[in-house]
Amino acid sequence: MGELVTPGRPGTLSTPPAVPPAERGGSHKLRTRLVEVAFIVPAVVYLLLFFGYPVVKNIVMGFQEYTTKTFFTGEAPWVGLANYRTVVGDAIFDRSVLNTLLFTAGSIAGQFALGLAIALFFHKRFALSGVLRSLILLPWLIPMIAGTAVWRWILDADNGALNRILSAVPGLDLSPNWLTSTSLALVAVIGVNIWLGIPFNMTILYGGLQEIPEELYEAGALDGATGWRAFRHITWPLLRPVVTVVLVLGVVYTLKVLDVILGLTNGGPANSTQTISTFSYDMSFRQFDFGAGAALGNILIVISLVFAVVYLRLNRRAVDE
Amino acid sequence: MSAAVPTPTPVLDGDTAPARVRTEGRAPRRPLHTVVGILILAFMLFPLYWMVNVSLQPAGNAVATPWLPFDFTLRGYTTAIAEQGGNLVTSLVVSLGSVVFSLLVATPAAYAMAHFKFGRWSTVVLFAILITQMVPGIVVANALYSAYTDLGLLNTTIGLVLADSAAGVPFSIILMRAFMGGIPASIIEAAYVDGAGHVRAFFSIVLPMSRNALITAGLFTFLFAWGDFLFALTLTTTADLRPITLGLYTYVGSFVSDWSPIMATAVLSSLPAIALLVLAQRYVAAGVTGGAVKS
Repeated sequence: MGELVTPGRPGTLSTPPAVPPAERGGSHKLRTRLVEVAFIVPAVVYLLLFFGYPVVKNIVMGFQEYTTKTFFTGEAPWVGLANYRTVVGDAIFDRSVLNTLLFTAGSIAGQFALGLAIALFFHKRFALSGVLRSLILLPWLIPMIAGTAVWRWILDADNGALNRILSAVPGLDLSPNWLTSTSLALVAVIGVNIWLGIPFNMTILYGGLQEIPEELYEAGALDGATGWRAFRHITWPLLRPVVTVVLVLGVVYTLKVLDVILGLTNGGPANSTQTISTFSYDMSFRQFDFGAGAALGNILIVISLVFAVVYLRLNRRAVDE
Repeated sequence: MSAAVPTPTPVLDGDTAPARVRTEGRAPRRPLHTVVGILILAFMLFPLYWMVNVSLQPAGNAVATPWLPFDFTLRGYTTAIAEQGGNLVTSLVVSLGSVVFSLLVATPAAYAMAHFKFGRWSTVVLFAILITQMVPGIVVANALYSAYTDLGLLNTTIGLVLADSAAGVPFSIILMRAFMGGIPASIIEAAYVDGAGHVRAFFSIVLPMSRNALITAGLFTFLFAWGDFLFALTLTTTADLRPITLGLYTYVGSFVSDWSPIMATAVLSSLPAIALLVLAQRYVAAGVTGGAVKS
């Protein structure tokens, strides 16, 4: 990230590098070092308390019988792997793992494809393109719960806007129970999550497109590479590093999504939209079995970590290229 | 990883710096493109239109909402403010608290990581911040619930402020570190020549130069805290202290027959995002690309 350019104040840029204060004496050096460390300590403490501690605590809780009783007695007996056996043996578990995979894959595929299409479209500059492009960010900036609230009413089977539009199509006589049918609810939830994710994908990919030098397209055009061939041989290879980031980030963020599903279906009907994340919430905060909730949370972290490793390896390769 | 990510365009002090250097100035007209662009936008923003439309409708019962709010009334808003006004205030207090706290913690850290010689430790902290993005919110909530119970922080403003900063602190560090890295070391060293220490150089040189990065970080931290639902759901147990997101969620659960106050609440909860996009567009652009760097 060395390419940032800041306007130099006249006169300051030519100032020769100063003698660092650190070289003036031992105790002074130590004091300067302490001041430097003090700059970063609050952030490190915060990150340890609000990310480090929860992860460690969850690993421990996963091996404990940690229920409402614990809050009264202060006792959380060790139970070994019992929590993991309970949650993995639960009929909902298989369903939630499958749903997590479907939800993540479906959301990412949709967000990425549509986000890329819109980014490519806006890459050709035209009148009002800047204003329109920034307004598309709105669904991403409003609280997710506000977005899911309006979708609940749009997707209402009897009076929702979507089914009223569908019924206006001649020859099409159906009004699907988007959120209340066990076969459609997951599709509906994925659809809403795609809507939420398009702005983020579009913006990052658009930024990546802007970095591709115009001259490459001009040179490509001389060799007959225009349209699809220009995309295939110029845009896509140069966009690859950004694509990697967008996809892996998308996966990591989508795996832990909770708001969208709780806001739309609460994991129902009949667990048809339950994911590992919502199942963990359900165990901890509805059934007050915090040990089981922690076990599910830990499983989710392991899945995220696997993706993290993939992310770092892919990324290193992208940087090496 | 930095090579793969679009670097946030430094929003520089003053209005002298061009935001984008690409072929600025001569946007071709292309009316057909504009029409298609408007259609894409209409598709993406239909739910928001619907939110506003329903919020203005008089029909309280669950009949089909008219397509346009011809017969509009503000009844939904008066009901919403009467029933959710307190929750809006709660969200405002918590979000502002989170902005203050996050910037206090993140700004010095960002500067330290950009300019102090911590060697490998700077990389370790940066890596740790990236790892935090993989920690699911439910894991944090699960652990915080029991810790907050022991510490008496459940149902407190300070408890929510601290938890809601879990998004703002890492984001602000990454965003501001990238920006402050662009401040030439020679400018800061000039302050040392004048006899300033780290603290004075930070306050008199770095902070004023980073004003726009601070604004961007603050605005996004506000939106993160304002939109938080998970910590509101898990770390409050009474109606006394209830952020607007949770208020809306329980509203939907209990009043499904009357959608106009619900949608009025949704509109009110979306106002900060709308205001931000209209009034501070250039900060938003910087923040979104910073969001990519964040992870």
